Amino acid sequence: MAILSFIGGIHPPERKELAKGRPIQEIPIPKSVYLFVNQNTGKPPAVSVKKGDSVKTGQKIAEAQGPVSVPLHSPVTGVISDIKKVMHPITQKPEELLVIDSETDQFDFLEPLSDWKAYDKEKSHTLLYERIKEAGIVGLGGATFPSHFKYLEAMKKPVDYVILNGAECEPYLTIDDRMMVEHPAQIVGGLEILLKICGASKGYIGVEDNKPEAFEALKKYANDRIEPALVKTKYPQGGEKQMIYALTKRSVPVGGFPIHIGVIVHNVATAFAIYEAVEKGKPLYERGLTVTGEGIAKPGNLWVRVGTPIQELITYAGGLHSEGGKVILGGPMMGVPIKDLTLPVMKGTSGILVLTPEMVSEINETACINCGRCLMACSLRLEPNYLVKLVKAKKFEEAYKYGVLNCCECGSCAYVCPSKIEHVKHFKLAKKLHATLKGGKK
Amino acid sequence: MATLLSTSPAPHIRVKDTVPKIMRDVLIALIPAVIFAVYAFGWNALWLCVIGALSAELIEYGIMRFLRKKKDFRPDGSAAVTGLLLAMNVSASFSWYLLIIGVLVAIGIAKHTYGGIGNNPFNPALIGRVFLVISFPVQMSVWAPLNHAASTLVTSATPLSILKQKGFEEAARQVSLLDMFIGNTQGCLGEVSALALIIGFIFLLWRKRVNPIIPIAYIGTVLLFSSLFFVINPNQFGSPIFHLLGGGLMIGALFMATDMVTSPATMKGAFIYGIGCGIITMLIRLFGALPEGVSFSILIMNACKPLIDKISRPKPFGYVAPEVKKNG
Repeated sequence: MAILSFIGGIHPPERKELAKGRPIQEIPIPKSVYLFVNQNTGKPPAVSVKKGDSVKTGQKIAEAQGPVSVPLHSPVTGVISDIKKVMHPITQKPEELLVIDSETDQFDFLEPLSDWKAYDKEKSHTLLYERIKEAGIVGLGGATFPSHFKYLEAMKKPVDYVILNGAECEPYLTIDDRMMVEHPAQIVGGLEILLKICGASKGYIGVEDNKPEAFEALKKYANDRIEPALVKTKYPQGGEKQMIYALTKRSVPVGGFPIHIGVIVHNVATAFAIYEAVEKGKPLYERGLTVTGEGIAKPGNLWVRVGTPIQELITYAGGLHSEGGKVILGGPMMGVPIKDLTLPVMKGTSGILVLTPEMVSEINETACINCGRCLMACSLRLEPNYLVKLVKAKKFEEAYKYGVLNCCECGSCAYVCPSKIEHVKHFKLAKKLHATLKGGKK
Repeated sequence: MATLLSTSPAPHIRVKDTVPKIMRDVLIALIPAVIFAVYAFGWNALWLCVIGALSAELIEYGIMRFLRKKKDFRPDGSAAVTGLLLAMNVSASFSWYLLIIGVLVAIGIAKHTYGGIGNNPFNPALIGRVFLVISFPVQMSVWAPLNHAASTLVTSATPLSILKQKGFEEAARQVSLLDMFIGNTQGCLGEVSALALIIGFIFLLWRKRVNPIIPIAYIGTVLLFSSLFFVINPNQFGSPIFHLLGGGLMIGALFMATDMVTSPATMKGAFIYGIGCGIITMLIRLFGALPEGVSFSILIMNACKPLIDKISRPKPFGYVAPEVKKNG
């Protein structure tokens, strides 16, 4: 069988060996956690506690606002010592931040739904669906899109496949790999729950073929409905559209969502969180992440509470090799660089990547020589070279016409560019402008 | 924290390739042809190549620093490629100061009046060559004698001009196909040896510096077109292999038409462009007044590039044709 993949893409150095063989380690609970209220795509929840309140681990401390929103839960037991506004690294705006001083853990979980396997359609639609929402579960691959929202439509429309994304195509990161190796039963269980909610008949788990160990682990739990599948190791194999195409040969239409072609995609870590939320009643307040990179002394995979300051993770991993360099939330292709190490881990933080100063070079854009490499690299078959010219010339309407809004910001074009053009930066600008303008018109 | 953390945007890792590295590889790829030229025509060939490349870089440096006032200008080697290609497109007996005038036109007019690298619509080396052909037609058609011992060549005309004036039988009698392949024939100093050019091009392919679609489409079209006319009248039109190896087709198809800036980047566009170059080359060679048409054909297709780009835009992933509304 030909190995499943998509068209285009790039092969950046994988560098997974830094943290690949290291089991997930739970780190000590920090003295204080710093919890951004806005941790999900969509509308941030509204805080329902005030300064001085005592909270327990898992206790709901912010209520969801509208359908594209999830509640927030306290990651520790303790007292809320401060509520302030701090610059958010993702939204780049000052956002509400809760400071909770931690004590010994006392748990306040939701009611376990351990007999979910016997649920009928209606119970699945109400109880299981509500649970995913109430447990505050968002896409843990980094997009932080509220997971339950994908089923709002899926419960009305027929869904053919639920796909778990275990590609982890970002170089350096290994946490999904470890999750699949260490918790295959829970991940498959999470997929069973998702299949039950939407009534799909088939569940795939897409794993890049550089993770044979994870694939073998999942295979032990495979059945006639659930099939782990190897996909080619190529960036961005873990993109939603690319993964769907690789496994089902269906293309998500321009401007559409996977649900329009009968597919739902989740990250494997999300499936794990969903399983725990249903089986144990545990809300999403902790996650696994990879702390890695040439700039860190002891790379590894850690199990951390949301809200842990990044400085503590770095200290736990042996500290920085040298001063300066770059600290990135996420992977090297799409991650967000941060200046301030007191910023906390969020629900969408899948890794902390530290690059040494030698690896960080000043980027000087030179003129495009029309070499066409970006065209070959773009897995969405856009024309990055042409779009950049349009955006630079401020011809935004034309850029929208030629599909800049369809760009998934994977960065493949910028990666291969010999002229070092910052395609993604320009495209993000065009997309942001579009969102602002269209938002204003409504 | 003494040193600030960098916050330059994603992606945070990139290929190490740069434009100067690409240009360096193109220069390396041209070396076999230059070495052959020295073997065939003597040291004057090397002299012209060095003058072409160096003067091009100097002229570009002068323009960037003093006319366009770019203080941080760093030479990227693209001017040297232009200058070397122009030098390879003149006779080995050409005068060096006329060559510098050609380079001045190539770099100063064809490249920098349009905004420098990446913005020139026409291949600068070809503009320089066409300028020289038109301005100094006599000097551009006096061929240097071959000086290597193995040469038994009696003629002082290029294979294509013999074909044009005396027909294919006479041309084939004077020059064998093997001679044309190796380069034992008359012509510009860099174009005579198909073998040396192909070696250079294979190097570029191996380094993944070039898209082979354009040469394949170009040469394929030339072969097809000339086969057709060879069948009609062999003596008048000449054989396909003769057209393949004769004149500047090899250097044109492998090194001039593939200039990235002036050719389409999409697969489909490159294919159309290559076919266009092939057709125009053969029309000029077979029916035009000139024996050779590679330069003009590539320049004409350069002009068509924006149009080709327009009709060869790739369909985005997940493209859905807009639905035609029923009932108005």
